Amino acid sequence: MAVMTYREALNAALSEEMERDPDVFLMGEEVAEYDGAYKVSKGLLDIFGSQRVVDSPISELGFTGLGVGAAMAGLRPVIEFMTFNFAFLAIDQVINSAAKMHYMSEGQFPMPIVFRGPTGAALQLSAQHSQACETYYSHAPGCKVVTPGTPADAKGLLKAAIRDNDPVAFMEGELLYNFKGEVPDDDDFVIPLGVADLKHEGEDVSIITHGKMIHVALQAAQKLDKDGIQADVLDLRTIRPLDMSAILETVRKTNRIVYLEEGWPYAGTGAQIVTMIQEEAFDHLDAPIIRVTQADIPMPYAKNLEILAKPSADHVVKAVNKVLYR
Amino acid sequence: MAEKKKKKNALIEHDISEDLALDLMREMLLYRRFEEKAGEAYAIGKIGGFCHLHIGQEAAAAGSIKPLGREDYVTSAYREHTQAIAKGVDPNAVMAELYGRRDGSSGGKGGSMHIFDAECRFMGGHGIVGGQVPLATGIAWKIKYRGEDSISLVFMGDAAVNQGGFHEGLNMAAVWQLPCIYVVENNEYGMGTAFDRVSKTEMSTKSSPHGVPAHVVDGQDVLATYAFFRELTAQVREGAGPQYVDLQTYRFHGHSMSDPVSGTYRSVEEVEQAKDERDPIAILGDTLKGAGVLSQEEFEQMDAEARQIASDAADFADASPLPDADALYKNVWAEINPNGRLFFDGRPEQGGAS
Repeated sequence: MAVMTYREALNAALSEEMERDPDVFLMGEEVAEYDGAYKVSKGLLDIFGSQRVVDSPISELGFTGLGVGAAMAGLRPVIEFMTFNFAFLAIDQVINSAAKMHYMSEGQFPMPIVFRGPTGAALQLSAQHSQACETYYSHAPGCKVVTPGTPADAKGLLKAAIRDNDPVAFMEGELLYNFKGEVPDDDDFVIPLGVADLKHEGEDVSIITHGKMIHVALQAAQKLDKDGIQADVLDLRTIRPLDMSAILETVRKTNRIVYLEEGWPYAGTGAQIVTMIQEEAFDHLDAPIIRVTQADIPMPYAKNLEILAKPSADHVVKAVNKVLYR
Repeated sequence: MAEKKKKKNALIEHDISEDLALDLMREMLLYRRFEEKAGEAYAIGKIGGFCHLHIGQEAAAAGSIKPLGREDYVTSAYREHTQAIAKGVDPNAVMAELYGRRDGSSGGKGGSMHIFDAECRFMGGHGIVGGQVPLATGIAWKIKYRGEDSISLVFMGDAAVNQGGFHEGLNMAAVWQLPCIYVVENNEYGMGTAFDRVSKTEMSTKSSPHGVPAHVVDGQDVLATYAFFRELTAQVREGAGPQYVDLQTYRFHGHSMSDPVSGTYRSVEEVEQAKDERDPIAILGDTLKGAGVLSQEEFEQMDAEARQIASDAADFADASPLPDADALYKNVWAEINPNGRLFFDGRPEQGGAS
């Protein structure tokens, strides 16, 4: 196992997939000469040249649509959004073009395209630059959504996303880019979409989450451990396809569930999953499921307010105590 | 005699053979009769949803698509039935799609606004105004990426030039010198809004900020349109980069089937005058008859054949079965992953993994 950062893992996945398939190219703002706004594409221009690592104008709608057209014609584009906050300008092309093309052409045009970039809040970037966007994409049939939380998951899932024949919104964490972790040395390390991962094992309660929030969940699990409470931390890794079997397994095991997500509560990922658990495993619940989310407000700038707005390990511990009736 | 010579001169001027001119007439007649048939079928409830007819704009389709090869790509908006036929899509498959039937070009899932044919490189059929412009730019990107010598041609209505995607697409095509021809089928109205009510600048100026050469063409004169696109496509194929065409035309019917012929936004007189003076079939008919290339009898014979093809297409569509119920969940995904759930409606009939 090599230890590398989340950023390096993404870079390795891109490089390996571009090496493997000449139809894969990377396009986005600052991806080439600047080495990527977050340096994810560092060095790729030198290896693959300007035809395959392409600096776009700041035209999210335009270059997203360009990628969709290129995919219709047979290429496998990776479109980088500097952040998913800017992808609102492009969501027409993601939903109306990419996600629907295969269906409305009755299978004539597969859409092998990846839209990737960071989602969620970083530090003091305030309202327009701090939001978790995954539910906008998972809402639409035809669009897969992947949210890796560790370097190994980032690498294995990005390789799978690039090889998938459907559009994939691949949503990274800005605060994770420097996070280090072990990544298997396999020549071709691919993690299939739709497989959740149990990041921490326990019997008393399940904290289900995805993306960057797994680290908050793991902090909470450590705190709970000191208190004699053992938590399962289930990392969904992909929101669509969704590993419902793993969710039901942990529900049947602990019977007490906290759903943790970075985004807003209304119609969030947690709302969907809580609904499915009560539909499919109602008899296995010993307490109502509680969701921990960002405060239901636009993100404020002031440091103290931002801390209050974000979901924290303390929020999770409180929620766990509540589902345990402690 | 002098008049006859002048008419013949139109063929010579554009270097178009008599046979080719007759082909163009045959095609325009088919597009006219096909759309009339679609209108009739709509009126009796055989076709549902939105349906936008191309009547009056036949020369724009015939003249611009005929110079293209099979390897070239055409992308369009939602007034695209006859453009699809011009690119080689079987009229039966187009009509069956309008009817929502299994033999339709999209198996009945797309409808009037989403005609696709991968084999003919007809790339849709797109329902969001201007949304197809970046797509066609991406198709041109692929052509350049792979070093092919085909071209990407995209149609849009005049309202699309006020969309951001139009400008973003042209800018990128110019920066990267992509082989893309952006054709505005300028019928003067975006739905019911006259273009000069929503733009302070002329249509022909819209590409100039991006450094994309602009051309203005009389889209009711099929010979001029054909000759122009024959030249332009050859230039783009040889590396001239993106081009922009203000193809001036006029719509003889309403915006869609729910809009009366003249509507509240233009006068009956205006429409009647256009039909009298700017009918592309009449314009070519006059030329060919005047030049002694086509007799009235031959014209009528040609028209009868066009009506027959349109009528056969309607019969074919009517006889085609409805899509199977189990088509409902097919082709949402190109790849059903072996792990994880992809469908969330909880219905038992869905085919997805769970």
